[in-house]
Amino acid sequence: MKTMFALGAIAALAIAAPAAAQAPTDPQIAHIAYTAGQIDVEAGRQALRISHNQAVRAFAETMVRDHEAVNRQALALVQRLHVTPEANATSTALTAQAAAARDRLSHLTGAAFDRAYVANEIAFHRTVNGALRDTLIPNAHNAELKSLLESGLALFTEHQTHAEHMAQALR
Amino acid sequence: MRRAALAVALVALAAASPALAADHVVVLSNMRFGALPANLRVGDTITWENRDIVAHTASARDRSFDVTLQPHQARRITLRHAGPVAFYCRYHPAMQGELRVAAR
Repeated sequence: MKTMFALGAIAALAIAAPAAAQAPTDPQIAHIAYTAGQIDVEAGRQALRISHNQAVRAFAETMVRDHEAVNRQALALVQRLHVTPEANATSTALTAQAAAARDRLSHLTGAAFDRAYVANEIAFHRTVNGALRDTLIPNAHNAELKSLLESGLALFTEHQTHAEHMAQALR
Repeated sequence: MRRAALAVALVALAAASPALAADHVVVLSNMRFGALPANLRVGDTITWENRDIVAHTASARDRSFDVTLQPHQARRITLRHAGPVAFYCRYHPAMQGELRVAAR
């Protein structure tokens, strides 16, 4: 459990850091949001390969469905705006942390996997939602990008609540 | 003659019932079920209109209805039973509500 909080804290730092130093630009914000979505799609696919728990699998299916839908919208938006998402320290750090989490989870099975996956989802959504609220949405210049990020925040907040309820049931 | 009168009465009833049934709309947006209609009656219909960019469902806990709504899709159900009907979105369980359906 300690590891999960640590992971969340590191990710929070990674996302918050550019804001402290320099506000992220729209192409960087788009890249961070898209990367976070892809990470959660991959985490959901991993859960669908490993978990046999019906509630966990249903949640993972929703993560794949929703994050793919949002990223489709994001891709369509950046194409329409002729914006090229720009890799940055935050999205690179997120990807590295996600790879580490995926590797750690790959060694688990059964209830241990279910609990670790759900705990990681809570930490991840908490981090991403904090970043959306405090850094990405306030710094987004394009109105459509801002609006998509706001829709994302409402959606991912529900995901976080869903994961928190599941964690209690899995205890 | 009596049979004819009965037939006329039945036809009149049948014609009158659908006219009395109302269609209501419930909008799903920003991860919420919008305002729920009051004065629902058995036979009324509800059109669930999803304005979000992700799929939702409108699913009765008693399983009397269960519709999947793709983004920007609307689907209609008919209320067949009186009583309170708790419902939720199977994909997003924090989204929920309760319909109150009166007998016709």
